[in-house]
Amino acid sequence: MSVLPYVVAAWLVLVGLYGIVTSRNLLHLVVCLAVMQSSSYLLLLSIGYVKDAEPPIFADVPPTTPAVDPIVQALTLTDVVVGTTVTALLLALAVQTHKRYGTLDPEELRPKRPQA
Amino acid sequence: MVLFLVAVCGTCVVLARDPLRQALMASLYGLVLGLLFFVFQAPDVALSQTVVGAVALPLMILLALARVRWEEERRK
Amino acid sequence: MNARLRLRVFAVAGTALFAALVWGFVGLPDFGSFDGAYGQLLNRLSVPDRASTDVVTTVNFDFREFDTLGEEFILFAAVVGVASLLRTLRGEHVATPDDDVPGRRVPETSLVVGVTGTLLVAPTVLIGIYVVLHGHQTPGGGFQGGVILATGLLLTYLTADYMTMRRVGPTALIEAAEGAGAAGFVLIAIGGLLFAGSFFENFLPIETAGQLISAGTIPLGNLAVGLAVTGGFAFMLSEFLQQTLIKRRREVR
Repeated sequence: MSVLPYVVAAWLVLVGLYGIVTSRNLLHLVVCLAVMQSSSYLLLLSIGYVKDAEPPIFADVPPTTPAVDPIVQALTLTDVVVGTTVTALLLALAVQTHKRYGTLDPEELRPKRPQA
Repeated sequence: MVLFLVAVCGTCVVLARDPLRQALMASLYGLVLGLLFFVFQAPDVALSQTVVGAVALPLMILLALARVRWEEERRK
Repeated sequence: MNARLRLRVFAVAGTALFAALVWGFVGLPDFGSFDGAYGQLLNRLSVPDRASTDVVTTVNFDFREFDTLGEEFILFAAVVGVASLLRTLRGEHVATPDDDVPGRRVPETSLVVGVTGTLLVAPTVLIGIYVVLHGHQTPGGGFQGGVILATGLLLTYLTADYMTMRRVGPTALIEAAEGAGAAGFVLIAIGGLLFAGSFFENFLPIETAGQLISAGTIPLGNLAVGLAVTGGFAFMLSEFLQQTLIKRRREVR
């Protein structure tokens, strides 16, 4: 139980990487990259967790109640929004690749060896 | 626990090869991840993840897919 | 290397990676027993020192505002990247949207979608503005509220049609919001430099906790980031939507 969140984070990295390696479609590949990114969110949040503690919002409780770590939450919060923007950039790249080459298959997009 | 659900959802997102199905799975995955963040006592992050992962990300995937499908229709 | 060889290499490398990750992770403190001093100190200090009850937003916009500057400009750069990638290329032109050509029959949005969407737009925008403004008191802030506001614009597209969305959110306004948000954030930082001696110093008066106008420049920072994120997401959305309208020149008769 005490290392389960970390193991799930490592599993997500592995599963995302497997998806990228065996992908036949660029859009599918970009979403697998997003899965890998979400594993880092999970890791950050599970590091900062304190058992039986409150969220770090003190609007209605005195500031001395034990609370979980706010710094990792701040990091993850901006990361989520900005990560989606970068994923959108990658999707735009995939769309333009399809327009130019007519295919979304990474296999067919490999540079061909020059005909000898 | 929610952690197992997250692992299962993540695996399903990768295993769904068709981008359309994958967009729906990604939306569900975003929601489950937001729930997990809520359980981890992180309401800010849960709010951010739910809005982004359940709405913005699948939307972009669907729009990219629409453009790609349109292009393929045109080439036929 | 062909696919099967690649899969075999991945099997070896993936197992090694997983083992290395797990070995590294078991060295971390047990789940639930984190006792980092910096975080606990910020939890204690945030209310008396900065009069803001949401410590996460305070960390983002006061204690670690420098990192948020970097994140904000990653967002800006990604939006510029999407804009330049999806620009109208040579040989293409933007056709009139289907809904605008006279005499063309478009499938009407169903009544249920129309009514639900119309009812939902106002609460969505209101909730978005609330989340942005109250970032320093309750969970929320510029990033979350900005995405909610961009969703409001998306709702107008889903409910009505592309032309209505264009009228509600003209491109010039969205681009101006994006630029103003990013510039505003930097101006707040420079204001700290001018008025209080160091970059990003909180230089406005800090009232009591619990009031809306409190915590110095944190609400202003929230507002700037909210503007920038709304503009960014709405811009990317409209760029992707416009892609479905672009036609190649030789195809249009």
